[in-house]
Amino acid sequence: MDQSNYINDLVEQFKTLPGGMLPLLHAIKHKVGHIPESAIDPIAKGLNLSRAEVHGVISFYHDFNTQPKGRNIVQICRAEACQSMGSRHIETHAKQSLGIDYGEVTNDGLLTLEPVYCLGNCACSPSVRINDDIHARVDSERFDQLIVDLKKQDSRLLEGDL
Amino acid sequence: MRVQLFVPQDTTALALGADAVAMAIAKGITSRGLDIDVVRNGSRGMFWLEPLVELKTAAGRVAFGSVNVTDVESVLDAVERCVAGEEANCPLFLGASESIDYLAKQQRLTFKRSGIGDPLCLKNYQKLHGFKGLEKALTMSGQQIVDEVKTSGLRGRGGAAFPAGIKWQTVLNAPAEQKYIVCNADEGDSGTFADRLLMESDPYQLIEGMVIAGLAVGANQGYIYLRSEYPVAHNIMNQAIDNATKAGFLGKNIGDSGSDFFLEVRLGAGAYICGEETSLLESLEGKRGMVRAKPPLPAIEGLFGMPTVVNNVLTLGAVASILGEGATKYKDFGMGRSRGTLAVQLAGNIKRGGLIELAFGVTLRQIVDDFGAGTFSGRPIKAIQMGGPLGAFLPESQWDTPLDYEAFAAIKAMIGHGGIVVFDDTADMAAQARFAMEFCVVESCGKCTPCRIGSTRGVEVIDRIVSNQERDNNLILLHELCDTMELGSLCAMGGMTPFPVRSALTYFEEDFGLSSRGDH
Repeated sequence: MDQSNYINDLVEQFKTLPGGMLPLLHAIKHKVGHIPESAIDPIAKGLNLSRAEVHGVISFYHDFNTQPKGRNIVQICRAEACQSMGSRHIETHAKQSLGIDYGEVTNDGLLTLEPVYCLGNCACSPSVRINDDIHARVDSERFDQLIVDLKKQDSRLLEGDL
Repeated sequence: MRVQLFVPQDTTALALGADAVAMAIAKGITSRGLDIDVVRNGSRGMFWLEPLVELKTAAGRVAFGSVNVTDVESVLDAVERCVAGEEANCPLFLGASESIDYLAKQQRLTFKRSGIGDPLCLKNYQKLHGFKGLEKALTMSGQQIVDEVKTSGLRGRGGAAFPAGIKWQTVLNAPAEQKYIVCNADEGDSGTFADRLLMESDPYQLIEGMVIAGLAVGANQGYIYLRSEYPVAHNIMNQAIDNATKAGFLGKNIGDSGSDFFLEVRLGAGAYICGEETSLLESLEGKRGMVRAKPPLPAIEGLFGMPTVVNNVLTLGAVASILGEGATKYKDFGMGRSRGTLAVQLAGNIKRGGLIELAFGVTLRQIVDDFGAGTFSGRPIKAIQMGGPLGAFLPESQWDTPLDYEAFAAIKAMIGHGGIVVFDDTADMAAQARFAMEFCVVESCGKCTPCRIGSTRGVEVIDRIVSNQERDNNLILLHELCDTMELGSLCAMGGMTPFPVRSALTYFEEDFGLSSRGDH
């Protein structure tokens, strides 16, 4: 099914749900990885809103983005508890070793690096989230290992082994 | 009885490798031909011991921690010895779980079931006195339930500490065809994880509290607004709602009472401000999470313009035990106007971090020394930030303040949601003050100018102070900016960002390059 079809299907599915906008955007993001610009029109029509209102909601939340992201999302916690355990070093190390800044995608499309403000794992900081897995007590070495593991997993996925 | 091994599955245990440990244990059990069940439980909240593996035999429950995959074989050797009634003889053996001093010294009411069994097992929940509060509530009128909550003295645990009973009374009194119960599970403060732990380890307690709230005020629809940073809690809460609905604790005609209560989890989208209740309501309605002016109070005009109870996870969780065990029992804990227990979350640079539920009145120093055992790094503590990113940085002279809402307000600090973040002496408090402003830049909803623009200017002014550009003038400017933010912002985001900034400036001026007073 092409993209516009399933976006229309999702809009149909959520348009009568009270406050259905966020669940709809999450569903689109889950499917596509981001909220394509082309989704704004059908969302606006379905939810009886203006395009500006839809754009306003998308741009308000850190989780939503109209630009494509990497195949994986790597988030480094920047909040105070993680800072007290040296997360600033991990941030610097990650940006250097991956060669990208926050919000950017690696050249191979492997990952997007993002900041996050608290993963609720503050007793065993610093924390890093890779997709839906959270990792505790991460230092630079452990971060490198996590990226090596991610690359392996990613290439297996690309080859269709998983 | 069957011998059981418990391996936690909460976020922190998983983040420390609990899945791999559970798999290795299952494999070991098979290869050794042992007759032992592996149960994935929630966490006891002693995160410094995670993954904490517990063994339950007829003789009771004993613990091993922290268990890594490489320890599994030696732990299984010890398990076999324990089952045979011999000494464990294992360096990771911690003795009887409930006698571990960290746990034994606590007063657990809200977290009494946390980590004991499979969080999704309804039978287990009921065996541990779950749904006792709901059973009782079903025999009471709405007013009687509200009165019980009032008697308990329970105040909102999200941070604002507003008396829960008064909020409920307002919603009960508001005439409307539709009312809502909204659970604020957007636990965004750094250093806090109590909501997450409750949802991951004892989700039915939250469900029970929400149904009771619905019965009390006459609401038949509830929403849990959960932050997207909590994928494990999301999954567990959704399964718990499914199970509770199938078992008749949610949905139509609960317990043949004629009352309905429907519950849904709604995922946030990474905006800290949505932890503020009016911004949360906007977000639930599908809009930008912009703060609303109050009045009207959400209790009168809340979600979709209808009377709405908005309470934190821990407030609603406490309601289940208040109804179950009586308001007086709850009220007997605590001091002054802070009644009951506080779920302290000890985090940051600390040796023994975790969840510590205690009656109000304990001091910060007791928490950090007796429970925390000092910093993780082994260096001296420099500052403690209590109450999340909007809380003040407290120097040692303030660590004897008792944990009490009023006592903290008196020193321009706050208990907030109960998070404590410890910093050792390598922390740069000027950098932390700058971060407080930077965080406000990122997370401000943008409604109030002092918060939206003031935070950006705040970062710049702090940079100028630290680099000694017109330091005296910029110090005055920073204080004026803080005044403007405090007085001119609708909510705590802009109104309290100055707290960490000013406390850093007051107590740690040397970090701003102000060590010699001759400078200015």
